[in-house]
Amino acid sequence: MAQAAVILNNVVKRFGSVEAVSGVSLEVNQGEFVAFIGPSGCGKTTTLRLVAGLEQPSSGTISINGRCMTNAKPWERDTPMVWQNFALFPFLNVRRNVEFGLRERKIDKKKRQEKVSRALEIVGVPELGERQISELSGGQKQRVGIARALVTDPKVLLLDEPLGSLDANLRVRMQSELRALQRKLGITFIYVTHNQSEAFAMADRIVVMHQGRIHQIGSPHEVYRQPSDKFVAEFVGVNNIFSGQVSEFDKKGPVVSTGNGPFLISIPNEEKVTIGDHVTFLISADRVTTSYEGELEENQVTGAVKGQEFVGTIVTLLLELKDGTTFRIQKQERQMLQIPTKLGDNLTVSWNPNDAYVLPTS
Amino acid sequence: MDRLINLALKAYAVCAFVFIFLPVLTLIVFSFHLDRYPSLIWKGPGLVWYKEVLNDPAIVEAFKNSLVVALSVGILSTFFGGTAAYFVNRWDFRGKHIYLALTLMPPTTPLIVLGLSLLVFLSLIHLSGTLFSIVFGHVVFCSPFAMALIRLRLTELDRTLEEAAWNLGHGEWRTIARVVLPQLVSAIGAALLITMALSFDEFIVAWFVSALDVTLPVKIYAMMGGNVSTKLNAVGSMVFAISILLVILAQILWMIQPGQRSAFDNGRRLG
Repeated sequence: MAQAAVILNNVVKRFGSVEAVSGVSLEVNQGEFVAFIGPSGCGKTTTLRLVAGLEQPSSGTISINGRCMTNAKPWERDTPMVWQNFALFPFLNVRRNVEFGLRERKIDKKKRQEKVSRALEIVGVPELGERQISELSGGQKQRVGIARALVTDPKVLLLDEPLGSLDANLRVRMQSELRALQRKLGITFIYVTHNQSEAFAMADRIVVMHQGRIHQIGSPHEVYRQPSDKFVAEFVGVNNIFSGQVSEFDKKGPVVSTGNGPFLISIPNEEKVTIGDHVTFLISADRVTTSYEGELEENQVTGAVKGQEFVGTIVTLLLELKDGTTFRIQKQERQMLQIPTKLGDNLTVSWNPNDAYVLPTS
Repeated sequence: MDRLINLALKAYAVCAFVFIFLPVLTLIVFSFHLDRYPSLIWKGPGLVWYKEVLNDPAIVEAFKNSLVVALSVGILSTFFGGTAAYFVNRWDFRGKHIYLALTLMPPTTPLIVLGLSLLVFLSLIHLSGTLFSIVFGHVVFCSPFAMALIRLRLTELDRTLEEAAWNLGHGEWRTIARVVLPQLVSAIGAALLITMALSFDEFIVAWFVSALDVTLPVKIYAMMGGNVSTKLNAVGSMVFAISILLVILAQILWMIQPGQRSAFDNGRRLG
């Protein structure tokens, strides 16, 4: 069993009276691509900086590659970082920037030059060696930044919103390149981003953080379809969330009484609910059907169309339910065209109880 | 109405500059005048007074002293001011505001007060009356200027570059040497030139603490005691030219951002 690359054990970081990181525990495996997501200020960047040694934890332990590094200085660790603003040294050319991490090691000049050339080749910019940093484009700068981090053959690479300064097209291209690079080199990547789709596209596991705590760790699919709590359900994906109490047992299963009517839920056999239990469940916007598409399912709700959001080929329709909450349905543009709705029209939507997900009771 | 006010302000500024520089301009114009005394009919131009200045051993001696003092002051002030700037910029410590207030004192203290107190102090420790005394006095007066310049550039620096250096295995001192200093080069150069200009130009403190070995401004003052020689115009013009040149060079150096090749390169390239 390979040793974990990075282990965080109950790490806390306080800045004055503010707890930016409140008891974070995580084991990142060798060769894994782990992405941290969460709203601004959730502590993801602070956690990354703690791993890098740029902050010292107030309590808890951090071990990297099997060695305890809780209080080690940043230069004593081998955790090179790729920065959002590139952090390239403007007074050095590309080759000397990439070489920087090797200068404190006892490696002779010829070997250093070889490593630099190799790193530049890996990231696809071998011809830029003699250029000044000011002559590079954003994408080129980011590649040089990655080369600089890779040149010491690290086992762990830290990435702090590395694609944040790039334009959208380049971002998407770099995502697949980064993923391929990670797979090819087998390096452990710890990646922080506020862009959810980026994290889902690249990571083996996602860590969802909020207010300094980890809310969920899981594969992209798990986090997306089986959120562990209400925060994750609201933060990830497009979900409609209902809460209520179990009011009765229908022959098909338990019925939850909510502000928008009673709904059938489906629960795994191992879990039991009784009348009076408080239940929260979600139905993803893309698992909802309308009467225009065929027969309606068991769970139905009616709302007034109050808006539409158009993101490329996916259209999100917003309905206002009788208690004022917003219900979202998502369809491909083509499917949406078959639903003749105007603002203010009433629309009945439905879903199969098996497509809904009941949040685990804490 | 706005345009009128604008125009009036500009006119005022021009008048102020004329008021300040007219004497200097007169000095320069008449340094090329061929007659011994300035008159309304200007005869010239001629370099006769400049030749006399360069042939006067006392003046040349004083000029050499000024250069030695200015260079020493430049190097020492920049060193003291620079290291102080780094400490103040990077660390918080108790009494920091008191420290900062103290560093503001030399430039805000009247030079006569500074000169007199330095004379008293240096006499007490038997160090007055030499060129070293002048260097000492000027370093006290000039270091805050070097400190201010380098402090300003430090606040403009990108701190993540230092974090990146630590992250890539370089310790604190190595990082200062390899990442901070290279970015400060133009600011250090500017500080050096400014403090040299300040020292080269400075009269009162030098006059108070010097004895036989004097700097050029003090020599000029001594010359004025005797007959008003037309050589003064030439010397004065030379001092003015050197000071202005140093300041202009300092300004050009200052404009070079870390990573730029020259002051006129705005870094725009196609990528």
